[in-house]
Amino acid sequence: MIQNLTFLPVLLPMLAGVILLMPPLGSKITSRRITSVALSAITFLASVVLLLKVQADGIQVYAIGDWSAPFGIVLVADQLSTLLVCLTTLLGFVCTLYASAGDDEKGSFFHPLVHFLILGVNGAFLTGDAFNLFVFFEVLLIASYSLLMHGGDKKNTRAALHYVILNLVGSAVFLIALGVLYGVLGTLNMADMAQKVTLLQGDDVYLAKIGGLLLLVVFALKGALLPLHLWLPNTYSSAMPVVAALFAIMTKVGVYSMMRVYTLIFGDKAGELSHMAQSWLWWLALATITLGVMGVLASKDLRKLTANLVIVSVGTLVALVAVQSVEASSAAIYYLVHSTLVTAALFILADLIGRQRGNVADGITAGPPVSQPRLLGVCFLIAGIAVIGMPPLSGFIGKVWLLKATLNAEYTMVFWPLYLLASLAIMIGVTKAGSTIFWHHQDKVIESVEQTRVHPAQLTALIILVSGAPLMTIFAGPLSEYAIGAATQLHDFNNTIKIILLGGN
Amino acid sequence: MELLYASCVGLLVSCGVFLILRARTFTVVLGLTMLSYAVNLFLFSSGRLSLNQAAVLGYSSEYADPLPQALVLTAIVIGFAMTAFVVILAIRGRSDLGSDHVDGELPDENKKVKV
Repeated sequence: MIQNLTFLPVLLPMLAGVILLMPPLGSKITSRRITSVALSAITFLASVVLLLKVQADGIQVYAIGDWSAPFGIVLVADQLSTLLVCLTTLLGFVCTLYASAGDDEKGSFFHPLVHFLILGVNGAFLTGDAFNLFVFFEVLLIASYSLLMHGGDKKNTRAALHYVILNLVGSAVFLIALGVLYGVLGTLNMADMAQKVTLLQGDDVYLAKIGGLLLLVVFALKGALLPLHLWLPNTYSSAMPVVAALFAIMTKVGVYSMMRVYTLIFGDKAGELSHMAQSWLWWLALATITLGVMGVLASKDLRKLTANLVIVSVGTLVALVAVQSVEASSAAIYYLVHSTLVTAALFILADLIGRQRGNVADGITAGPPVSQPRLLGVCFLIAGIAVIGMPPLSGFIGKVWLLKATLNAEYTMVFWPLYLLASLAIMIGVTKAGSTIFWHHQDKVIESVEQTRVHPAQLTALIILVSGAPLMTIFAGPLSEYAIGAATQLHDFNNTIKIILLGGN
Repeated sequence: MELLYASCVGLLVSCGVFLILRARTFTVVLGLTMLSYAVNLFLFSSGRLSLNQAAVLGYSSEYADPLPQALVLTAIVIGFAMTAFVVILAIRGRSDLGSDHVDGELPDENKKVKV
């Protein structure tokens, strides 16, 4: 059991999905809910155990079928990937819990699909093989296609159609990139690829560059980077909010893959190819932040606003990835965890607020007052402060850290003013949304709004997500130490390759 | 053989891209299928083209790389499933939106004139 621990975050969601599809659970919704929540809690616990083990014993390599690297497929659990696996499984637990209040009955197979999505995301984080990364991308995508359609209407079908077609084209580009890289390097194990890239000569260098930049296109599509971000606002705001909260981790898969590929394979040691994506990433990141902020200011409802905040967070993360230093990466890791939790919390809040305001739903206009203003108001205040990056919450720590990390970067003079102005604009956008929703009421209530209260399961899920920001502030010390450790491991080229290819000897 | 192979892949890709840009779900699905054929052929060629070679080491001095064949097999299976999904989605889009345009409605070129 213990030597297979690395594989559990992939295996458990798969088993959970299969178990939930079994006939005994198919008919009774209560037993299905209890099983689903319990299984996602078990997956989360297994990921935490893996995290503790990785922190104690260093990088864990799991050769599937005992075929050693570079011939077989390996799963590599280092500090960064296990942290993200924990984050994913936590989000999965929260979302299954939240959906158990009734959202899961709006369509079929909600719970199995969530577990299959977690399987794909965890696999993408853990795998050490580029083609296996493609396979896990497809697993998470097909689960996300179906989840997007869950309980949907006509608007939903259109968003899903765009999302599916774009991602299918993205998958084709991914395969072409992998074909080019395999043709040049003769391997698809990421550590082995990193080693072979240093030995390239002549025309092969340019072929590898084409392959590497094609990969950038794919990751930019998954991560919603500027020219390829257009699908995100519509997709996220037309999905059910609980699904959108779960999707908060999916853009991060793209960013994570960028971190891996452009730090390990095309990193410091790659000779002519080192940092080849950097010059692209900088400007794209800045443009993404700008456009995301415009979206935030122009949003007409809370879900669109949150979707645009996701775009801003992706831009920020990619800017940090482009800096390629240990400090920038550690700031990126801290900010990634923070932004995922906060945007997920905002999506769920948008849903709860929308339920209590009748036809106005989560629109940023005057409407009937929410029936639980204290609870929702305080949660919105905490999430808002965190997402703006005001002291004292985790957003502020992340912001200071990332400004410090970019101090000596090439384009600081552009990045700092732009990022600070963007924060100001986000503050304006979020405060306007909050004050309109909670304080501006219609004078006469035209329709009688049904008084809905927050379901206990929804409340628990909300509190777990919203408490993320204060907890990340209180435990900022150990967390930042962990992030620095993870970033050091990410940038430690020789050690990673030695452990993966030679088993640490 | 290389020239023939490369031009086949290129032709398939260009047909695929052309069809995807037609903005009707039926042609888009056809285009995606073309594109995935091209990708499969391309992946197959990444192990280099050779005739009558053993796929196992030690049987001859030259050997055919078996890995791209495994990759292509995986890609075909995944591509097939995805195509099936997008076909169902396109049918649903046709009935939900009342049009087979990918945006759900025809871009109305005369709109400005009418207003």
